[in-house]
Amino acid sequence: MSNYISESKIQELEIKANEARELLIEMLTEAGSGHTAGSLGMADIFTAFYFHILNHNPKNPDWAERDRLILSNGHICPIRYVAMAMSGYFPLEELKTLRKFGSRLQGHPEREKLPGVETTSGPLGSGLGQACGMAYAARMDKKPFRIYCAMSDGEHDEGSLWESAMFAGKNKLSNLTGIIDRNNIQIDGFTENVMPLENLRAKYEAFNWHVLEVDGHNIEQFIDAIEEAKAIFEKPTVIIAHTIPGKGLPEIEFDPAWHGKSPKPEEAKKFLNELRTLGGKIKSEHQ
Amino acid sequence: MSSASFKGRKDKQLIMLNPETKLIPDLSKPAMAATRDGYGKGLMTAGEKDDRVVVLCADLTESTRCEEFKKKFPERFIEMGVAEQNLALVASGMANYGKIPFAASYAVFSPGRNNEQIRTNISLNNVPVKIVGAHAGISVGPDGATHQALEDIALMRVQPNMVVVVPCDAVEAEKATLAAAVNDKPTYLRLGREKSAVFTTPATPFEIGKAITLRDGADVTIIGCGMLLYNALMAAEELSKEGIECMVVNSHTIKPLDEKTIIEAAQKTGAVVSVEEHQVNGGLGSAIAELLAKNQPTPQEFIGLQDRFGESGTAEELIEACGLDIAHIKEAVKKVIARKK
Repeated sequence: MSNYISESKIQELEIKANEARELLIEMLTEAGSGHTAGSLGMADIFTAFYFHILNHNPKNPDWAERDRLILSNGHICPIRYVAMAMSGYFPLEELKTLRKFGSRLQGHPEREKLPGVETTSGPLGSGLGQACGMAYAARMDKKPFRIYCAMSDGEHDEGSLWESAMFAGKNKLSNLTGIIDRNNIQIDGFTENVMPLENLRAKYEAFNWHVLEVDGHNIEQFIDAIEEAKAIFEKPTVIIAHTIPGKGLPEIEFDPAWHGKSPKPEEAKKFLNELRTLGGKIKSEHQ
Repeated sequence: MSSASFKGRKDKQLIMLNPETKLIPDLSKPAMAATRDGYGKGLMTAGEKDDRVVVLCADLTESTRCEEFKKKFPERFIEMGVAEQNLALVASGMANYGKIPFAASYAVFSPGRNNEQIRTNISLNNVPVKIVGAHAGISVGPDGATHQALEDIALMRVQPNMVVVVPCDAVEAEKATLAAAVNDKPTYLRLGREKSAVFTTPATPFEIGKAITLRDGADVTIIGCGMLLYNALMAAEELSKEGIECMVVNSHTIKPLDEKTIIEAAQKTGAVVSVEEHQVNGGLGSAIAELLAKNQPTPQEFIGLQDRFGESGTAEELIEACGLDIAHIKEAVKKVIARKK
């Protein structure tokens, strides 16, 4: 039982996360390309951010006192776009423009194109350093808001990320919380085969971070970890969120092949049915 | 200004110098100072004027002349360690938040090593980070080829949104630093290590994007940036005695290039020599050639590194060995004039 969130609120978020998955499948199918597995895997966490954790104002994305959520692994921007649309940054209809010419929803997010995405990202290993810059600057100005940086596990192959991790530890950036989508896949296969990351906890601890590990699909656990991070005074915190790539669609879960592709229309039909019926457990009005 | 004639000054030797540029009275006796020193001074003033100015440095605080700022504003100085990728990233985050970060290192490392971080997170992101590339050019000298940045102008000028400024002396570097602090744009400021002739004065005009015609002449236009501009002026003085009159243009801003001044100069003189302490591929000379090919095709000779790396030696030795000295500039002028027909 969480001290931070009620049962009913958790249920509400879980329903929203399922809605987000449906919108994701629809938008990625319409786009014809994009990153499905990581986006699905982070649906619970992004739903928790946009509908519970972040102090933000969708009608005023540049509100100076907002919490900042940096998405370092920009390729999973579809889930961010979905969460933004659902929370009122722009109409849901616009999700259909993903990756299309003239769209604000670029294949990788751009600050100049879409207010609210905070920064341009895609090339890996670059979000944490920017989050460090924001956290450092906010602390200089005694601003109370928090900086969050969502990262992939695969991008920990990048040396630049460790430069940033060292900087955050040195400067005790306790207003910074990193979130690692520990889904164990990257483009060339499983992370531990491509370039082993373990012991990831020990690595961060050695860089003077406070480390928490959660089930990234357990919204209650995740929110508790976010709250614990706020209480850590001398260190930045990283939450290693163990997630299932493709979560919600058992036939693609854990399959690295789904890292960088989108569903075909016939697959989408099947996937949407699965999501709408909770894997056949309930009858859906959509059937 | 470029089409005006500056005749009428009493001093015979300097008869063609543009009086509006307010250069030092005797060009043959300049004081010596490094552009990095001018930057250090400018940084102090910028920091006093605006408390959003912050300085980040990658373990080179003294040699990039950020030391005084660090002493005066310790809370606004951020030591990054030897981590140039993170230097660009943290600076980007701070600028995105609302600070005006000067991110300093040696040019070989920044914008050399961290080029992609600058591209995505500063240029494409369009946040006003000031990238300070010190120890640029062959004049770094004894450190050798590894530390002589000769491609940084090229790296920076191909990035949309990025402003590229190469001051010609310490006084201009101070002005450039102050101008960069208020231009609200991603900006690359290229600095040299070696002391060089200080031939401009506080009264010399400076505006980012506005080239300065230092000297008028009808036979050829020498367009330069950085400390080698002094060599260009000296070459023009010597050539004048041989009856060749050179216009000399200080193109301190490589991007945005002052197209009007350069096209008019090419129209008037019909020949151009570009002078820079950089590879001839991709630098100021290339920028000029691209402009003139489209608007005013003009014979051009390129003074710079001819697709080669440097080596250890004194600045003076290397400038001569790499063909950047007064004699080589004079030779290039004669060669390009011969091509005019």
